[in-house]
Amino acid sequence: MAEQPGFLQHHFSDVRQQQETAKLGMWIFLLTEILLFGGLFAFYTFYRAWHPEMFYNAHEHLNVVIGTANTLVLIASSVTVALAINAIQHGRRKQTMLFLATTITLAGVFLVLKGIEYAEHFRLGQYPGKFYSYTGVEGTNPHIFFSVYYTMTGLHGIHVLVGMCVLSWMLYRTWRNHFSAEYYTPIELTGLYWHLVDIIWIFLFPLLYLVG
Amino acid sequence: MSAESISVQTEDPKVNYLNVKHGIKSWLLTMDHKRIAILYLWAIMVMFLFGGVLAMLMRLELLGPGADFMKARTYNELFTLHGAIMIFMFIIPSVPAILGNFALPLEIGARDVAFPRLNLASWYLYMTGSILAVWAILHGSVDTGWTFYTPYSTKTSGAVILMVFAIFILGFSSIFTGLNFIATIHKLRAPGMTWYKMPLFVWGLYATAIIQVLATPVLGITLVLLILERAFGIGIFDPSMGGDPVLFQHFFWFYSHPAVYIMILPGMGIISELVATFSHRKIFGYKAIAFSSVAIAFLSFGVWGHHMFVSGQSQYATMIFSFLTFLVAIPSGIKMFNWVSTMYKGAITFETPMLFTLSFFFTFAIGGLTGIFLGATAVDVHVTDTYFVVAHFHYVMMGGTIMAFFGGIYYWWPKIWGRMYNEIWGKMSAMLIFLGFNLTFFPMFIMGSQGMPRRYFTYPAKYQIYHVMSTVGSWVLALGLVIMAVVLIYAIKWGPKAGKNPWGALTLEWMIDSPPPPHNFEKVPKVEYGPYDHDKILVKPDKVGVGV
Repeated sequence: MAEQPGFLQHHFSDVRQQQETAKLGMWIFLLTEILLFGGLFAFYTFYRAWHPEMFYNAHEHLNVVIGTANTLVLIASSVTVALAINAIQHGRRKQTMLFLATTITLAGVFLVLKGIEYAEHFRLGQYPGKFYSYTGVEGTNPHIFFSVYYTMTGLHGIHVLVGMCVLSWMLYRTWRNHFSAEYYTPIELTGLYWHLVDIIWIFLFPLLYLVG
Repeated sequence: MSAESISVQTEDPKVNYLNVKHGIKSWLLTMDHKRIAILYLWAIMVMFLFGGVLAMLMRLELLGPGADFMKARTYNELFTLHGAIMIFMFIIPSVPAILGNFALPLEIGARDVAFPRLNLASWYLYMTGSILAVWAILHGSVDTGWTFYTPYSTKTSGAVILMVFAIFILGFSSIFTGLNFIATIHKLRAPGMTWYKMPLFVWGLYATAIIQVLATPVLGITLVLLILERAFGIGIFDPSMGGDPVLFQHFFWFYSHPAVYIMILPGMGIISELVATFSHRKIFGYKAIAFSSVAIAFLSFGVWGHHMFVSGQSQYATMIFSFLTFLVAIPSGIKMFNWVSTMYKGAITFETPMLFTLSFFFTFAIGGLTGIFLGATAVDVHVTDTYFVVAHFHYVMMGGTIMAFFGGIYYWWPKIWGRMYNEIWGKMSAMLIFLGFNLTFFPMFIMGSQGMPRRYFTYPAKYQIYHVMSTVGSWVLALGLVIMAVVLIYAIKWGPKAGKNPWGALTLEWMIDSPPPPHNFEKVPKVEYGPYDHDKILVKPDKVGVGV
């Protein structure tokens, strides 16, 4: 018993069991996230089938350039978070911190770009639901498209924000020397979460910006 | 927890999880699954009391036709609060969060659940959600019913947003419990505890956890959209803005129908334990019972449309949902027949938990069979939104889950507190609850089939006889519940000491001290026999109050 490392919790028999359990828990959590967004994708499908032309007309008002840039930013951040995990697996603490910081910065860039997009929509009066006042979209009830758009990208944005907080916490813990080549599960799980946030965007981007 | 502190605690056999630490902080910051179970126990029981008092008030109002002592709006708020409390704050968490939390790690030979901190966090989420919800209704007078149907829920005055947000939080509490249980069952079983050696209560919790994890997020997103609809008028449930209110019903029931299996499956798990233990016989059809739980979990996702036979969905959808609803009866029937077969030629003893088990068979059979009536479209159209549905629902939920829950509470009470309750008064409470329950709810089938609509505070005089029976029944039921509360609370302090195994059961939790030591098992147990091998192993129940 005396040789057990400090990070091993009392109810696990060995490190491997603890690590596998944590990973399983995270995968189940990611499953619930997919179902949470799955509800929104179902709403999207339903209303797109109901108002196909309006959806097409409305989607042309989204900024494909910023959307594409944001897609690249998020994919890059997925790479950096994977590099951070790889670095800590080899015990390279400084490199881990560098990659985590890059990931956080990229997430910040994503949110700023998204904010610029939102500001432009608001300027034109493309608000959600009953506040909608824009007249440039042909078809019935164009506000529905923007309601769906804001809900989906908004919820995704909240996830990016949460991701930034968790990544910052990981950065802090790495700086405080909590992790090593033997113990890095929290960073790995954060990475899993971050990949999911990216994957959701990779579905949102074509559905909203490209095919409408 | 470091290795040294474990060995210190286990040296003294008198140290158990209740007396290992003292003070309010040792409870509010505990990571011990047994202590968290007790935190849940008190919190959930307070909510049950609250929801029960509201039900009593409604029954009192319905004693006579016309407005007796409350206004229509008050009555609407009462049934909203009663429904929301009983569903989201009592039945859904009751069995998993109290008995599951306590017994699951013990039954599979684990020292705790997989994520103890998450476990405590889900209790705090539960408390936050419950307090917010109760405050929202009492202060903000929500009158939508627990289903929050649009467009009424987006138009009515009252603190709907706060209420819905509270339910959203409660949903996460439920998700985290389910997540924890799945990870625990997969990864923390003791050596030798193969899947087919797991007690059936664990199988029931596993099936429940699957639904909690898969269905609850969908409720979460639906509630978020409802909040957005009310706060910003996003219009997706509003027909005047191109939205569809029926879509809300689809999404709501996509969660809320599986949710009734979140409520019943762990109860069925308890019944499997009780029927084998008190028949002193190996359970009949172990695998059939285990897999029927999983089958129910999966089928439960395909039946939500049977709540909407009159909501304007297509006839084809209605036919398919009706068919799928009939399918759910098959695994439920498989369970019933296996339980009854277990009792056949068993040496049945009639302790209080067994009385609740028998009550369960009786009331759940009625509840289940009337569910098939309601799944048949022609009958359903006739009795939609009548007391027939109310009666069916209460026979399944109260007559099913809660009977099983009470049986489980009596069964594990000596393990939780190390003290035995009074058997005579326990039996008395079981019988009063059974009688009171049937007297309260059976008349509802009759008046429902005659057309008495639900959710009205007044009614034509011809229904009065049934309402009077029902109200009197609610008093008998309440008396039974009060006696049960007294019996159980009295036992905590003054009951005779219970031994390790007062029932002669074979599952692992009965092999350790009562109450269990802080870390459950001093040595990780090695499992060599099945949980119900009464045919191979003879266990003599410990005599209560002797030699301990």
